[in-house]
Amino acid sequence: MTDEKKKKIIKTIRIDVDKCNGCRACEVICSAFHAEPKYSSNNPARSRIRVIHEPLRDIYIPVYAGEYTVAECAGRDKYTIDGKEYDECAFCRASCPSRVEFKEPDSGLPLKCDMCEGEEEPLCVRWCLADALIYEEREEEVAEEDVLTEQEDLELGLESLAKKYGLKQIIDTVARMSKED
Amino acid sequence: MRYAETGFNLEIDLTRGNIEKVATDPKDTAMHLGGLGTNAKILWDRVPPEVDPFSPENLLIFSTGLLCGTPATGCNRTIVATISPQTQLLAYSMMGGFLAPELKYAGYDKVIFRGKSPGLVYLWIHDDKVEIRDAAHLQGMGTLETAERIREELGEPKAQVAAIGLAGEKRVYYASIEHGRSSASRGGIGAVMGDKGLKAIAVRGTKDVNIASPERYFELCNEVLKYIQHRAENPIKGVPPILAGIGSPQEMAIHDEKWHTTSFAWGNARHRRKDFWTKEIARQWRETQEKAVERLISCYNCPMKCGAIISYPALGVSKYMMKCYSKLTYVMGAMADDLEFGFKIAGLAQEYGVDGYTAPQVMAFAVELYEAGILTDKELPGFPADNQERFFWLLEKIVRREGIGEVLAKGTYWAAREIGNGAEAYDRNTIKKHEQIPIKLGMLNPVYFLMYSTGAKINITQIEGQMPQVPFATREEREEFVKDWIQAPNEKIKEFFVNWELRGENSFPYYPTPEMTCEIVEWQETMHYIDDAVGLCAGLSSFPIKPPYHIHNIPQFIAAATGMEMDEDKLWEITRRNRTLIRAINARRGLRRKDEKPPQDHWKKRFPELEAKLLDSYYRFKGWNEEGIPTRETLAKLGLDYVGADLMERGILADGEDAASAEAPAEAPAQKETN
Repeated sequence: MTDEKKKKIIKTIRIDVDKCNGCRACEVICSAFHAEPKYSSNNPARSRIRVIHEPLRDIYIPVYAGEYTVAECAGRDKYTIDGKEYDECAFCRASCPSRVEFKEPDSGLPLKCDMCEGEEEPLCVRWCLADALIYEEREEEVAEEDVLTEQEDLELGLESLAKKYGLKQIIDTVARMSKED
Repeated sequence: MRYAETGFNLEIDLTRGNIEKVATDPKDTAMHLGGLGTNAKILWDRVPPEVDPFSPENLLIFSTGLLCGTPATGCNRTIVATISPQTQLLAYSMMGGFLAPELKYAGYDKVIFRGKSPGLVYLWIHDDKVEIRDAAHLQGMGTLETAERIREELGEPKAQVAAIGLAGEKRVYYASIEHGRSSASRGGIGAVMGDKGLKAIAVRGTKDVNIASPERYFELCNEVLKYIQHRAENPIKGVPPILAGIGSPQEMAIHDEKWHTTSFAWGNARHRRKDFWTKEIARQWRETQEKAVERLISCYNCPMKCGAIISYPALGVSKYMMKCYSKLTYVMGAMADDLEFGFKIAGLAQEYGVDGYTAPQVMAFAVELYEAGILTDKELPGFPADNQERFFWLLEKIVRREGIGEVLAKGTYWAAREIGNGAEAYDRNTIKKHEQIPIKLGMLNPVYFLMYSTGAKINITQIEGQMPQVPFATREEREEFVKDWIQAPNEKIKEFFVNWELRGENSFPYYPTPEMTCEIVEWQETMHYIDDAVGLCAGLSSFPIKPPYHIHNIPQFIAAATGMEMDEDKLWEITRRNRTLIRAINARRGLRRKDEKPPQDHWKKRFPELEAKLLDSYYRFKGWNEEGIPTRETLAKLGLDYVGADLMERGILADGEDAASAEAPAEAPAQKETN
């Protein structure tokens, strides 16, 4: 059983930082797509993709939001690539306490890229006429046990909530919510 | 809820240090849209003609366009307006970049400055938090450096900054406001900013901009993106490479400068160098440009790469950003064959904050006066022998207003008159006291005659339009061209174009006829008034041939974004209103027919009778009297009765007649060229 392989689709955005022209169309359309109702407003500060840019250092890096992390990294490294010095955070996708990126401006809640669920490809990719963002799907074979079932997924989510708020509070909340229903 | 616009302006009184957030009247949006339109309304209402440009009562308005901050590609222009110290008329200059959208996200459509600060300050806007901050430590600092310093001290790397340099602080009449790779340069608005003691404005916004019909708007935006891709794959045939695409002329990407260097005049708008572009120059210039350009960059939400990061340490200038034509203006002004010189001096000039069109012309003018013996070593002590060095020398004098720089800081028109001794004859490339792009051509072009003479931007380089500037050689080519010319406002314009010949009866100067010319001009200027009100970049709309935005789709954008009812007719009417209101502001400040003329030698072949007829036809077409002042009837039809009443009261319009009153403040009755 355990050595049986399953196929899994990995969605990725291939980012070519040399092609980025710094226009931030990706931020515009991302925030518009995720507005409620769709496209009813836009606000780059809500975008799940950000162009980390420092024109005078020729640094243009589109980064899309990954996981929320409760704590910032212990060390901050610098990378020198082709003579340009990059802060490690420039490549990091986390919504993290050390920076303003990937948080709702009003509530501070973390933002995460969902690859524009329901669209053929993420809209940031479609709107990037500079081709700095290219959408790719690749199939990867993974051992079946690596594929999370829905149940496992749910448990994982609850575990992290429990870690943050304490199991007791989660149970209380679930109880209260089910009463409201 | 207000859509596309925020519905709030910031009113900043620099004298008292007072800051107010003021709700705007949606009726003004319905009448004037926004941007330049509502700027004009405010200037008409609040800056009477008695107000001197350098008086606390003059206003300096930073405005977003109506559609800035919405997802529409290329809607990112900041429209700055004030009264110009150089022309004494309304000055408005637009810049791209990132400022206007940021201001919208902060929750404001405009920032209106009045008064004068006792010390140098800058304004910091962070959503609802707005403060006037001390800028004493930024005094004399370069524009780019100022922006970096402000971002650093605020701890806000995302703040967008527009700043003046030393030239603005010293009130040089052609000081610019610089913002990264963009600048609002024309008309001396940087000098007004300096006069107000305002070094910079810094903005950070994190609020939403709302759209009335989201799905529809998204659809329209996608159509525009698709057309931009289509145009990238289909350059216009039969025109030089620099005119074949869209966006601003692609000066940073394209090396082939044959068209500019051989068609435009060098020196003080003096020499054509028709055989300049040799293989050797082409090779050298390509090499220099490839060395200098580190990356092609864009304005906010626009795929066109009209700007570049210039990094050329060997030249001894720090890294900066450049766009468009300043690459060539200093080179050609200094008669330098060396593109490296252009990249070097432009970087320095940008830090000082001077207009890249006017500054090199003033310098070329000074060089000519020196060579003619009108200026001597007495006025120019230590003036170098080498032309390139002379330009650096002059730049330093001008931005400090030192020695001859004091006079030259006012531009060629005023400097020529102060220097005297025959210097006036060397003021040969200004319109309404403002330096123009140095083009000297053979045969009068009636369309450009009218646009040069009457344009309120007083700046031909930004009023070029979607109609090709010269006809294509064969009828077949012209017929081919109009086949997919979806941007033409109507069939008539297409017909004008198809019948337009290089030679013979249907050629310049008598074709297009004055009547046709009026319609072509009306269309081309309408597109600019639309762009400047909604904040669209001319490079995607009014400026290039076959752009993605045009008279047929922009009304739909406005309707879907704002929820206002809008169609083509309404949009024409609003732009006519804005055009007429600006005309009235300038008429009230003394603008008359006699001022409406291109530089005398702009065309070798001039036709005084035809030109008079062109002006007459155009004024009539516009509903203006023969002095070029809008009549009461025209004003009333556009809902500007109050403007008519004011012009009557001031005696600029008289009862029962459409002509200007004899008491009009014009310097002298118009000198008509014929009759």
